[in-house]
Amino acid sequence: VFPWFGLDIGGTLVKLVYFEPKDITAEEEEEEVENLKSIRRYLTSNVAYGSTGIRDVHLELRDLTLCGRKGNLHFIRFPTHDMPAFIQMGTEKHFSSLHTTLCATGGGAYKFEQDFLTMGDLQLCKLDELDCLIKGVLYIDSVGFNGHSECYYFENPTDAERCQKLPFNLENPYPLLLVNIGSGVSILAVYSKENYKRVTGTSLGGGTFFGLCCLLTGCSTFEEALEMASHGDSTKVDKLVRDIYGGDYERFGLPGWAVASSFGNMMSKEKRESVSKEDLAKATLITITNNIGSIARMCALNENINRVVFVGNFLRINTISMRLLAYALDYWSKGQLKALFLEHEGYFGAVGALLGLLDSA
Amino acid sequence: MAERGGRGSGGHGSLDKSITLPPDEIFRNLENAKRFAIGGSLTKLAYYSTVQHKVARVRSFDHSGKDIENEPLYEIAVQEEITARLHFIKFENTYIETCLDFIKDHLVNTETKVIKATGGGAYKFKDLIEKKLGLKVDKEDVMTCLIKGCNFVLRNIPHEVFAYQKDSDTEFRFQMNHPNIFPYLLVNIGSGVSIVKVETEDKFEWIGGSSIGGGTFWGLGALLTKTKKFDELLQLASKGQHTNVDMLVKDVYGGAYQTLGLSGNLIASSFGKSTTADKEFSKEDMAKSLLHMISNDIGQLACLYAKLHNLDKIYFGGFFIRGHPVTMRTITYSINFFSKGEVQALFLRHEGYLGAIGAFLKGAEQDNPNQYSWGENYAGSSGLMSTSPDVYPMQRTRSGTFDMLEMDRLERPLVNLPLLKDPSTYIPDTVDLTDDAMARKYWLTCFEEALDGVAKRAAASQPDSVDALERAEKFRQKYWNKLQTLRQQPFAYGTLTVRSLLDTREHCLNEFNFPDPYSKVKQKENGIALKCFQSVIESLDSLGWEERQFALVKGLLAGNVFDWGAKAVSDVLESEPQFGFEEAKSKLQERPWLEDSYSQWLERLKEGPPHKCALIFADNSGIDIILGVFPFVRELLSRGTEVILACNSGPALNDVTYSESLIVTERIAAMDPVIQSALRDEKLLLVQTGSSSPCLDLSRLDQGLAVLVRERQTDLVIIEGMGRAIHTNYYAALKCESLKLAVIKNSWLADRLGGKIFSVIFKYEVPCK
Repeated sequence: VFPWFGLDIGGTLVKLVYFEPKDITAEEEEEEVENLKSIRRYLTSNVAYGSTGIRDVHLELRDLTLCGRKGNLHFIRFPTHDMPAFIQMGTEKHFSSLHTTLCATGGGAYKFEQDFLTMGDLQLCKLDELDCLIKGVLYIDSVGFNGHSECYYFENPTDAERCQKLPFNLENPYPLLLVNIGSGVSILAVYSKENYKRVTGTSLGGGTFFGLCCLLTGCSTFEEALEMASHGDSTKVDKLVRDIYGGDYERFGLPGWAVASSFGNMMSKEKRESVSKEDLAKATLITITNNIGSIARMCALNENINRVVFVGNFLRINTISMRLLAYALDYWSKGQLKALFLEHEGYFGAVGALLGLLDSA
Repeated sequence: MAERGGRGSGGHGSLDKSITLPPDEIFRNLENAKRFAIGGSLTKLAYYSTVQHKVARVRSFDHSGKDIENEPLYEIAVQEEITARLHFIKFENTYIETCLDFIKDHLVNTETKVIKATGGGAYKFKDLIEKKLGLKVDKEDVMTCLIKGCNFVLRNIPHEVFAYQKDSDTEFRFQMNHPNIFPYLLVNIGSGVSIVKVETEDKFEWIGGSSIGGGTFWGLGALLTKTKKFDELLQLASKGQHTNVDMLVKDVYGGAYQTLGLSGNLIASSFGKSTTADKEFSKEDMAKSLLHMISNDIGQLACLYAKLHNLDKIYFGGFFIRGHPVTMRTITYSINFFSKGEVQALFLRHEGYLGAIGAFLKGAEQDNPNQYSWGENYAGSSGLMSTSPDVYPMQRTRSGTFDMLEMDRLERPLVNLPLLKDPSTYIPDTVDLTDDAMARKYWLTCFEEALDGVAKRAAASQPDSVDALERAEKFRQKYWNKLQTLRQQPFAYGTLTVRSLLDTREHCLNEFNFPDPYSKVKQKENGIALKCFQSVIESLDSLGWEERQFALVKGLLAGNVFDWGAKAVSDVLESEPQFGFEEAKSKLQERPWLEDSYSQWLERLKEGPPHKCALIFADNSGIDIILGVFPFVRELLSRGTEVILACNSGPALNDVTYSESLIVTERIAAMDPVIQSALRDEKLLLVQTGSSSPCLDLSRLDQGLAVLVRERQTDLVIIEGMGRAIHTNYYAALKCESLKLAVIKNSWLADRLGGKIFSVIFKYEVPCK
């Protein structure tokens, strides 16, 4: 029974995937209730919803066969603080009359469960966050990205000139370390589809980057923060090894360019007064990214896994961080660890929730 | 990653630079100083010097053919002795010029040409030092110095290491030094973080680090709160609510997190609530959130490294930690959380000195400082956090503070008693006064009340000295101040114990040249007791075997009543000098004693084979050693048991010293053939303990004693006296049989143990198989 949705309600963003059937028979069309049609039309004919909802058209998966049906998979996101408006819209469109189940994952599935029930007369089917994440990753990787590879890596990450994005074949994915960077970070060791464990997590994630940028630069969107960062120079803000030792610190094999102290230069009043907002945004991005890289690297070593897959919306339009993660993992592990990325960055939980719906049907 | 910055540089301008220092109280013993080192962010100066101080020496008279009735037993000569001492001084950079000038003026006898330097602060003052002191500044690697210093304090300073525990009366839980200090992880949180694995004295490896450290807290904190100083940022943080800024698990999950087995208060995303341009956040809240973020991150990385390298000891240092309970608390929380309690976050009392100590050691290799054992001098050291703004908020604004550490080189290396059951868990002290507020209050008051008497006795012990009164007053003042410090900061010198209070008093007495205030009293009492020796032996010999065993034990106990350390007894002794041995016996509690395993002891003597060798730790001079211990020794020897008699190397109260014991034994041997032949055949051996304390730390004993104990296959240890058997070692577990006996001469302590004054402790213990 349509509609097929998967919902992942995170701390900052809500991710929604919607399967648009393209093989609807005339008979079906006849029987289809008006509500359902209206929902489909609304979602597929727009690329933005309200002031904050966005459909990532470039991620759309076309001609997908799912549960014997052919169709397109759409990827939509909006801020979690607009959740009440979303529920309101569901109410207006009489979503509950469709007698479908809405599968949701993420912390918000719990937080908003009652609101869905009271405002929208809708019973959520709550699914485990990590189950959904892994299911989603494995599924999307297996179907590919419209004939292209879903998974990619950076070749020559330590060489800015020669560094290039190349497809990676994740056919035999296990074991892998899955690093999901949302507002916070979760790190999972995955040994098979069913066998995985949460290794650790850190509270220094995308939310920290964005939150600190708002405080330091007055920016108001993630895009704005990233845009500023791309024009900044973090070495004005950070204290590098060479700032302390004049060059490499050979005793410990530390290169002069390595950051010795994030924001270390900001201990000095003069330097605080001479940095730009862009520099601060860049330093924040570098700090958070390097830290995630180093925790991921330590986990990979402790778990004896050499492939690290980074996902999560922190990486959306964030080439700086992806390249830095690729570089840092390669450099500090002396080429032993490989950083991998997936095109659908933050949507795997939502995809997993959708798959959960189809499993239960 | 290196030690840089520090709060000193933030202090410029705010301190009153015109303040006059009392440098002669700070830069002590400069006359003979050599081998300088300077290091760290606040200026830390280290030097090696010699101190000349008075020691009481005893020397036997040649009595051959003379009437000795009215002559003293031996001669007491006060001599000058030169011992080595390490001085470490920490002061604010603001004072560097004043300090260098003072050093220059007083540095007269030195041949030193070079000053070793490490750390950012030291590099900064290179030119100034070279100009002012005319010494060449020789730079040493920061981390090498740090680790050298760390190894040195771990080896030489008891209670150097502590764990922080919140929600406890005692925030600091000190640890006994583990006999094997390696391997360990040192996490140095300076502006960045360095994680170093230390495997041996010379082998260490930088295994990782993080750029998110103290500089991040300070730099980012300054940007967010417009607060410039590190200390002030910490103070802001301690007042803030991070939950206003951080996104918690419960913010993401709503109220439902309990059903998931998650703690709702965990931080899901640091600064996750500040993702908005139109809300104001308080400085305090942001500082708190930042502190949590950085501490958690460091703790997590430290745990990951500890796990990868299979280490469970992590020492934290660097300016982020130094003397700040706030950061010690957050780091400890983080380590507990991420290691699930498997790893302990440990801190060092002298963490701030490590670099300077290490730099000094690099320069002093000729003097082989690592070959010796060193002891913290409580009189010359300021104690933990004497400059901490958290502990003394007033002091920081009033003036610059100086912090000092002095360490005395001990004559001989100190080692564990080989008979300790488990050296790594041995704790000498019975009551931890840092933990036990009631006991602390009692003992501090007790030492305060006794202080006038001690000062008076010290002055009286040197009737020929013109300045004895003045020095005694200085001593009184210094010890009084120490006691007041300890009332406020019981943890200042590690775990506060009766032993540390006694030792501090001895150090203070020495400081003012009262090396042995009881020397004359001991001399007189030894003389009196020797005169009674033969009649005591005769009456013992007239008894049947079983009666004699009891009489010997009673004698040991009665002898132990003569103790100038206990106020109740010194009152009696002062007023009734003729208080005799028999009277003492009559004061003893009747059996059953408060702790009474005499029957088992008697059974052991009756049924078991003679012991191979007994080690006896003697207590007091006079009646105790001569009429109590020696008859007992004589009986053991007669049974075929060899005896090692261990006495203190240096004086403490009226305890018998090793050199006094030599004379006393010689005199007894002249009267008693059993003792004489035992001495000749080396069945009775006199050794020194390596200690000058009225208490006994079985983990720091003279190496010679340890060797002998092993050689002679010692199978019985006898510890007597309140200081050695009750204040310390009451619960000490040994590998062999042991006897702990004492008379409780303090009614409070008797009450604590459930008895009355002059209650008897007779504890015979056999290790379980």
